Amino acid sequence: MLRVDGLSAWYGEAQALRDVSLHVEEGEIVTLVGRNGAGKTTLLRCLMGLHPGASGTVRFLGEDVSALGPHKRARRGLGYVPDDRGVFATLSVEENLLLPPVRGVRGRGDGPEPWSLDRVYETFPRLRERRRFPGTKLSGGEQQMLALARVLRTGARLLLCDEPTEGLSPLVVQQIGGILREVKAAGVTVLLIEQNVHFAATVADRHHLLAEGRVVESLDNDEVLAREHELLQYLGI
Amino acid sequence: MLQQAFNGLVGGAFYALLALGLAVIFGMLGVVNFAHGAFYMLGAFGSYVLLDSYGVNFWLALIAVPLALGAVGVALERLFIRRLAPLDPLYNFLFTFGLALILQDLVKREYGVQSQPYPRPSALGGSVDLGLFTYPAYQVFVLAVSVVVCGGVWLVLARTRVGMIVRAATERPELTRALGVDVARWVTPVFGFGVALAAFAGVLAAPMRAVNPLMGSDLIITVFAVVVIGGLGSVFGSVAAGFAVGLVSALGNYYVPSLSQTLVFILMAAVLLWRPAGLFGREEAL
Repeated sequence: MLRVDGLSAWYGEAQALRDVSLHVEEGEIVTLVGRNGAGKTTLLRCLMGLHPGASGTVRFLGEDVSALGPHKRARRGLGYVPDDRGVFATLSVEENLLLPPVRGVRGRGDGPEPWSLDRVYETFPRLRERRRFPGTKLSGGEQQMLALARVLRTGARLLLCDEPTEGLSPLVVQQIGGILREVKAAGVTVLLIEQNVHFAATVADRHHLLAEGRVVESLDNDEVLAREHELLQYLGI
Repeated sequence: MLQQAFNGLVGGAFYALLALGLAVIFGMLGVVNFAHGAFYMLGAFGSYVLLDSYGVNFWLALIAVPLALGAVGVALERLFIRRLAPLDPLYNFLFTFGLALILQDLVKREYGVQSQPYPRPSALGGSVDLGLFTYPAYQVFVLAVSVVVCGGVWLVLARTRVGMIVRAATERPELTRALGVDVARWVTPVFGFGVALAAFAGVLAAPMRAVNPLMGSDLIITVFAVVVIGGLGSVFGSVAAGFAVGLVSALGNYYVPSLSQTLVFILMAAVLLWRPAGLFGREEAL
């Protein structure tokens, strides 16, 4: 589904990603783990076409999307959930949900069914209650739900989620885990940045450890759980 | 006193229309359009030339001139501003500033610096009894039209899909693109629309203000202050601040004439000390 080859990225003189190669198969949940500054967020931004100083190739569904702008990548089925959740303050909750165009209206029929607005509201009743409020009047957890629901409504095939559980209560983290498993069952693929390695091991299939802009290790769930203590220490949590 | 306040609101009508155009352009493109005053001036001159040389009346000019200058704006955005946008913002500052000087000097060369007369449209020649005082009908018309246009733009921004995209792209252009919205497609029409609004204000100004090549540059400094007071990129803030600044400068002119030129900037400094992002601005938008 997604194949990244030799991806490098710079911020001016500083290199943030060094020759990163990885792949994500359809229906998987794959996490990126690593310390702050390891290049995880930059990697997702490069996949979305948001980082200007990048080289290397990104193939999505067999097509080289490296030269495409962000909106074209989104319309091909990449759903982006940024690290700050990216909820618009000048848009109501409902407008936040309706802003991104639904994939498939232009004839790309296959892939997971886009969520209807009704389904979003049934799954997240709180969003219905607050649908006329500005997006940023929601709590942190609700904003995260909104950001997830927003890309599910487009029928995105691959979610790029930048630390969806950061700063949220254990209860909300559990809820997000439930949603990720549910969308996976519906055929959505997820590439997830996650510092909470325990949570990562409960939702994901595979894990990549990033350090100083490189993928230094690839781990499966058993390895992550066996090395949880070591990893936590390494991540400085 | 009441009459002064009314004068202020009429003056504010022009500030509001100009600030509204500047705000949508800044919000959507991140470009401070220094040529905005020049388009206002061209709007007034356009209607003067149409009447003087071709006998085209005010009402037709009020439609045709903004459309024509809006098209010029579209061409400018396509040919120049779009190409300069990825570079340092200074390039577009310099481009629009240079453009303003060129347009102003071209008009100056043709018509000199003296003011050209433009008669009021005959239907609005009289005055209106507003109860407490009578007031020239044309000025009442200007105020009403400005309120209707600003309200209309607000409705479009608040209630339509285009408006939603403009708001989202103003707040976070990059994220809006990452969500699948083709922001670039909307940039050109928004720029053209902002320019057309400036031209519209210029046509409205022709019958009541001196039509001369410097009318834009005289006004635009205050309009920049208005936009800053309202909050950069905030559409509602720009319009509200436009009328407020009109009121303050008219009343200031009446009560403390010695301060009339500086009062707006004192107000701006005070607002910025109190709220650095302007009255309706968001801090992160800066």
